[in-house]
This record gives sequence, structure tokens and C-alpha cells, in this order.
Amino acid sequence: MADKVLDAKGLNCPLPILKAKKALKDVDVGGTLEVLSTDPGSVADFQAFSRTTGNELLEHSEEGGVYTFLIRKT
Amino acid sequence: MSEETGGNAIDPNTMSIIVTKGSLDWAYPPFILGTTAAAMGLEVTMFFTFYGLPLLLKKMDLKVTPLGNAAMKMPMMGGHMVMPNIVAAIPGVDAMASKMMKNLIKKNGVASVEDLRELAVEADVRMIGCQMTMDLFDYQADQMIDGIEVGGAATYIEVATQSHINLFI
Repeated sequence: MADKVLDAKGLNCPLPILKAKKALKDVDVGGTLEVLSTDPGSVADFQAFSRTTGNELLEHSEEGGVYTFLIRKT
Repeated sequence: MSEETGGNAIDPNTMSIIVTKGSLDWAYPPFILGTTAAAMGLEVTMFFTFYGLPLLLKKMDLKVTPLGNAAMKMPMMGGHMVMPNIVAAIPGVDAMASKMMKNLIKKNGVASVEDLRELAVEADVRMIGCQMTMDLFDYQADQMIDGIEVGGAATYIEVATQSHINLFI
């Protein structure tokens, strides 16, 4: 289970990223954040976000149009 | 790190944006990129000049016009419609198109420009209003949102010399 879950379903670019950044503030270093999104663009964007910020994208998946991202704060 | 640049390496995580357009459609790119860059850890400065300056007003009243905008294809009845200029020029059509665009924005879960600006302020994006534009179009500092700075070309150029990414929108 992730330490925090962010439901960003229904939100479009760049809101899932902006809200994830905010949510990560409440996660301790080493802790995890799970983000739920329906924006297909968020697949590429969360990878780019993680590469640039150094946070670790542990996994991402899609089911029924909902994308799930698990990010570890570094 | 050469002598020519004064020995100062530019931090790669820095970005500046010159914001020159203030219509509903053109307001999006600078605020989307500015807020996202800030979320990705960049230090962001936005310089608002000419028609971009009203984006710093406390009360924004943003509109979009289809007049002379051949690329503005609005989804309609299963297809896309470009409005002929002769129709776009009719009084009231701008207001209608602006309303349609705002409905599309809402329907698609896109943030309002007001919300994005608020997020930019929260993310400590540095915002500079152009003094010359304020004089030219008669805007006063008290009409602008709190926390902005006022400056001129030299202020921006100094920022640009310290920014790795410099955009003009």
C-alpha cells in the first residue's frame, strides 16, 4: 500500500503533475505516492517528471482507462 | 565556467518565459509550462509585457476570438467547424466563442487560467510586470495581484542571462 493516494481522475494536463508535486510534500523521503489519472498524456508525463525530479517511478499500469502510478519520493 | 561568462555556470534548472499574449487561448501555454516547470523543481520567472500584462490583473476577463484565426476548429456536431471571418466579425460572436471555449475547458478537466495562475503563485514562480506596458495602457500597481514585481527590459535580460531555458510566448 502506498503511503498516500492521489485521485487525479478527470483532470487534464498539467493538473495531475501539479497535484502530484503537492501531494509529494506530505510524503516522507523513501515513502510512496500512488496517483490515479484518466489523462493518457500522464503516462509520458509522469516518466518525464520522475526523471527530472529524481523521484522514482516504481511502476505504472492501466486498467479500464485509469492509469495508476507509484512514485517513491527520494 | 569560462572567463567570458564571468565564471558563473548557469543552473540547468532555471527557466524564464516572456508572456506577450493575453487571450483565453494564449494564456494557457505560459501558465501550463511555468507551473509544470516549477513542479519539476525549476526556478521560474515570467515576464508579462504588452497584451500579456493583463494576465496579472486581479480580475481577469479572458476572451478568445475566431476572427482571423483559421486554425481555430471547434468540435461541433461530431465534426470540426471553422467560423468564417464575416460571421466572426458579428458583435456577440466573440462572447459566444469564449463561452464555448470555457465550456470545453471545463468539460475536459482543464484548469482555468485563474487556477493555474494561483498555482504559479503558490509555487513561488517569480512574476514581473512590464512597467512600460503599465504606463502605455494605463494600469496601476494596485490593480495587479499581490506578490508581483515591476520591471523593464533590463530586469528581464538579467533574468535571461541567469536562466538555462528562455521562452517567448
